[in-house]
Amino acid sequence: MNADTIDMIQVKGLRVVAGAAPDPVTEIVKGVDFSVKKGEVLALIGESGSGKTTIALALLGYARQGCSISSGSVRIGETEVLELDQQGRRALRARTVAYVAQSASSGFNPARTIIDQVTEPALLHRLMTKEVARRKAIALFHALALPEPETIGERYPHQVSGGQLQRLMAAMALITDPAVVVFDEPTTALDVTTQIEVLAAFKKVIRELGTTAIYVSHDLAVVAQMADRIVVLNGGRVKENGLVAQVLDAPVDVYTQQLLAATRRPEPVLSVQTAAQKLAPPLLEIRGLAAGYGRIDRYGAPAVRVLDDVSLSIARGSTLGVIGESGSGKTTLARVVAGLVDRARGEVFFDGKPLPAQLSKRTPDQYRQIQIVFQNADTALNPSHTIADILSRPLAFYHHLRGAAARKRTMELLDLVKLPASIAERAPGGLSGGQKQRVNLARALAADPALILCDEVTSALDTVVGAAILDLLAELRRELGVSYMFISHDISTVRSICDEVIVLYAGHRVEAGERDVLAAPPYHPYTGLLVDSVPALKPGWLDARRLIGSAALPQMGESADIAELCSFRARCPVRIDGKCNATPPSMKKLPSGAEILCHHSTAELSRLQTIEAVEA
Amino acid sequence: MNRPANSSIHHPGTELYDMGLDDIVNDLAVPEPELAGPKPGVLKRLHRRFSVLGLIGLVLVVFWLIIAVIGPWIAPYKSGALSSVDVFAGSSHAFLLGTDYLGRDMLSRILYGTRYTVGLALAAALMASLIGTFFGLIAAVSGRWVDEILSRLFDALISIPSKVLALVVIAAFGSSIPMLMGVAALAYIPGAFRISRSLAVNLMTLEYVQVARARGERLFYIARVEVLPNMIHPMLADFGLRFVFIVLLLSGLSFLGLGVQPPNADWGSLVRENIGGLAEGALAVMMPAIAIATLTIGVNLLIDNLRRRGGRGQGAAQ
Repeated sequence: MNADTIDMIQVKGLRVVAGAAPDPVTEIVKGVDFSVKKGEVLALIGESGSGKTTIALALLGYARQGCSISSGSVRIGETEVLELDQQGRRALRARTVAYVAQSASSGFNPARTIIDQVTEPALLHRLMTKEVARRKAIALFHALALPEPETIGERYPHQVSGGQLQRLMAAMALITDPAVVVFDEPTTALDVTTQIEVLAAFKKVIRELGTTAIYVSHDLAVVAQMADRIVVLNGGRVKENGLVAQVLDAPVDVYTQQLLAATRRPEPVLSVQTAAQKLAPPLLEIRGLAAGYGRIDRYGAPAVRVLDDVSLSIARGSTLGVIGESGSGKTTLARVVAGLVDRARGEVFFDGKPLPAQLSKRTPDQYRQIQIVFQNADTALNPSHTIADILSRPLAFYHHLRGAAARKRTMELLDLVKLPASIAERAPGGLSGGQKQRVNLARALAADPALILCDEVTSALDTVVGAAILDLLAELRRELGVSYMFISHDISTVRSICDEVIVLYAGHRVEAGERDVLAAPPYHPYTGLLVDSVPALKPGWLDARRLIGSAALPQMGESADIAELCSFRARCPVRIDGKCNATPPSMKKLPSGAEILCHHSTAELSRLQTIEAVEA
Repeated sequence: MNRPANSSIHHPGTELYDMGLDDIVNDLAVPEPELAGPKPGVLKRLHRRFSVLGLIGLVLVVFWLIIAVIGPWIAPYKSGALSSVDVFAGSSHAFLLGTDYLGRDMLSRILYGTRYTVGLALAAALMASLIGTFFGLIAAVSGRWVDEILSRLFDALISIPSKVLALVVIAAFGSSIPMLMGVAALAYIPGAFRISRSLAVNLMTLEYVQVARARGERLFYIARVEVLPNMIHPMLADFGLRFVFIVLLLSGLSFLGLGVQPPNADWGSLVRENIGGLAEGALAVMMPAIAIATLTIGVNLLIDNLRRRGGRGQGAAQ
């Protein structure tokens, strides 16, 4: 037999149950079969609860607490994993199968240096001497494109970034030369720009070492870059198993088609503003806003400044998208508008009238008209109240509706967000993530608001569920004429719902314009980086894309001590020494109507960014 | 800030809230329904809710609560009646638990004493927990200087050892039932305050509270409706612990002769009165000690059970 055709992993009829025998048991994995050839990368894809992580862990002969593998077989190479005893499984995990978990930050011990922890598996199982292990670790750091590979190991986990930590975790897994590596959603917790660097590094190292890998993810576009084959899971069953191109282009199963449809959402037509709307004062207008946390110094500036000189406006009935990475100040912006965070400087006008910074100074009507919906539907609903309680409170508070009238309106609200009336008496704990998010929306709608601040409302949801929520938002806007400030780190989500966008970087608004400014260059270099970092839903995109992470940035000298300098200069691929680090950028208007903060002229940006596109 | 999709991170406040747990707590205060008529359905439900140890705890606690209520009626002799000439007698038909140093029936003494021990401790623990929780909530919800002042005030109180405080106060003002109750409550308020404040501070950062604030709700509403229901379980577990400590504190005071005054006696005083019989291993000194032990162990077992269950049903407030 040819070496290429040997099945490295063979899973047959795998069943995993939750709960012990006398009590009722729930089957989580219901008879799964698949096989992986040597050197192949197989992706397990599915929503939360589809059993993908459970299957991945079964490859290590491990079932999470409260679960057990009830039947089936898992062969890795020549070994039947499920027949091994404790010691055998320990040896298996040492040499044959390695695991890279989702959250690297909780996988490292903050009290020990990185190199100690990366070499630990090899030393613990006495596979190599300390010196050899160190050299091997450093070679892996090189392969994973980590900065300063010779010395990064001497640092502690908190001294490297999240994306670097994830790569270091992969080094930890690879140090024992395992035959199989299981990646369990390794990039899900990372920003888009970081995710791309990590994916590229993983892909390179997998290819170089010829490792067989299982890649668990919920993101089809990511999987398309990493895997050779895709197994689509739903409800513990295999829905589809095929080559990447086949699954993406010619999906056979209905569920796969749904998943693809949710990922490839068509962009709706921009609503054309009438002249009257343009003349009317904007619903929300923010000018030169600065805000932050911590002690206020004597100039009125907070110790940690999160937002700096941000301006925006939202017309009545339109949607503004706010894009940025974690730490860019998106959430703070929403909280300032909601009055939960004080602002240090700047003015906010709501409906033409100034909006007081402090909650206590706002009028009841201002409370009512601005509603906020948070990312975590779980923590946004009080677990000790029923859904009816939660929805009837704003009704009583704002509209003085009680008794039968409140009940009637509650039912209408549930109907509006497409939830069955029967859930009114349930507690939030009994609802799914998507249902909770709908209740959250219903609570905001109960106030009859003019503006809803949506803070990453779909980020914690599965693709299909998130798409349904986006559809609902669009529908509510059509029917009720509400405006949204839609905060997200996901460009494709923003594109599918917003009329206008602003891009935040480190608290500065680097670009603002209509939605279409995201469609084609020229744009601000940071916007360019963001747009470039969103994986396309086709195989080979990652390889074709130029490597931003590894490309050297242009040299730049010391920065002048001016707070208003371009905040993106430290990462900008097109920065200019003597300009970006010396003078603050001025506001420029691009032909597309977008406003950006950059030293480059339109023509230059256009040239730079199209070259990139051609190279790619 | 943006915690992206599909996180396996534990979100406080997301767990199923087990409404059933509320009833258990009522057992502590109102044991009567339990004994009214335990049908098989009730027994099965109890079994599901409690571990074996928890069930033992529940039985012990309910037993002593019943005794506290009906003790005087089922006692064979009057509390102070000198019923035998035999002192420190062993168990006999007439005196099941023997007699004490004056020849009084020990069983009756313990049955009468239950009321003092359980009743006093219950009242004091209730006072401590209610007052502590109230101020803890106020401190957490109002924040800033109110929090600062209250916290430092209770810190000052916590720095005085509770037994010494109790001794000084009772030595100065004399021993009476309200005084004992007040002293015991005072000694344990700071602990309750600390715990309820930290629970409430955690809950205040959750998004449903933020939503309520953005809605324009008053602090009082937020404290009462959004925060309090979610910290009630840990506070009840804490209440149980406090109850045990207070039983021990009061027994200790009585043992020193500062507690309930003769001829009435709680269990602590019973141990002290009969300490002379210790050398002979008299039942008169053993039985009240055993009574104290069973009550405290019972409450502890019950609380552990509650806490384990409550811990799962409770968000953030740990």
